[in-house]
Amino acid sequence: MIEGISIYEILTLTTILFFVGVYGFLTRKNLISILISIEMILNASVVNFVVINKYLYPDMLQGVLFSIFIIAVAAAETALAVAIIINLYRQISSVEVKDTEVMKY
Amino acid sequence: MEKIIFYILAVMMIVFAITAVTSRKMLRSVIYLLFVLCGVAGIFFLIDYNFLAAIQLTVYAGGIIVLIIFSVLLVHHIELKLDMAKPIRQIITAIGCLIGIGVFLTTIYSYPFKVVENSNITTTAQIGSKLLGYGEGGFILPFEVISVVLLAAMIGAIVIAKGKKLSDKNEETI
Repeated sequence: MIEGISIYEILTLTTILFFVGVYGFLTRKNLISILISIEMILNASVVNFVVINKYLYPDMLQGVLFSIFIIAVAAAETALAVAIIINLYRQISSVEVKDTEVMKY
Repeated sequence: MEKIIFYILAVMMIVFAITAVTSRKMLRSVIYLLFVLCGVAGIFFLIDYNFLAAIQLTVYAGGIIVLIIFSVLLVHHIELKLDMAKPIRQIITAIGCLIGIGVFLTTIYSYPFKVVENSNITTTAQIGSKLLGYGEGGFILPFEVISVVLLAAMIGAIVIAKGKKLSDKNEETI
């Protein structure tokens, strides 16, 4: 654990990070920007898992292992999302949310 | 000393997160996201999870950021400015997010966490034997499932990005 830093301060930091991600998710109009916001939200949750593991249950490893799984799922999700975005750009020449009406292949 | 480093990291992460979601240039907001991810890796280093910090740096900073930059360069002109939501909608969303932060923080600060004072150091060998253990509390089944998920996502990404139908249509139109 960090010398002189309580768990409340780290949880405050991750809460702010999470809601900044939510703000970006709701105000952006571009698919790639929305992807960036999702990455931020996932990262806040990963830090939460790890910090709660370290501060409350230091003898266990469950939080670390689950954060590894979250990172793996986030990587898979980003690869798929980028593939979908590039394919969509080829078909309708735009990545704005308002132009995305059909995703039929 | 560690306290000062934590506060520097925290301020850096929050400032870059806000600029990442408000910047109107696409490529810059990706780079700001990179700084946020490096800040998260710094926090992992501070609480002695070196393996996790290494994973964070390689997978996020090395993999996902490069992937997003590639997609930005394939999809956009670099100088293209993004259009944002209407100001009234931005303000409403910001107020909603502030209310959310308030609710979360009151919940967190009113809960008495039973913090265990410790300075354990988790080695990579411990994580590996736990991840591949099939006894009590082992994680071998989720590990195998996540590897299948990664393989499926990889094949799916290739199939989607290849776009076979599109090339047929192009030959007809051109």
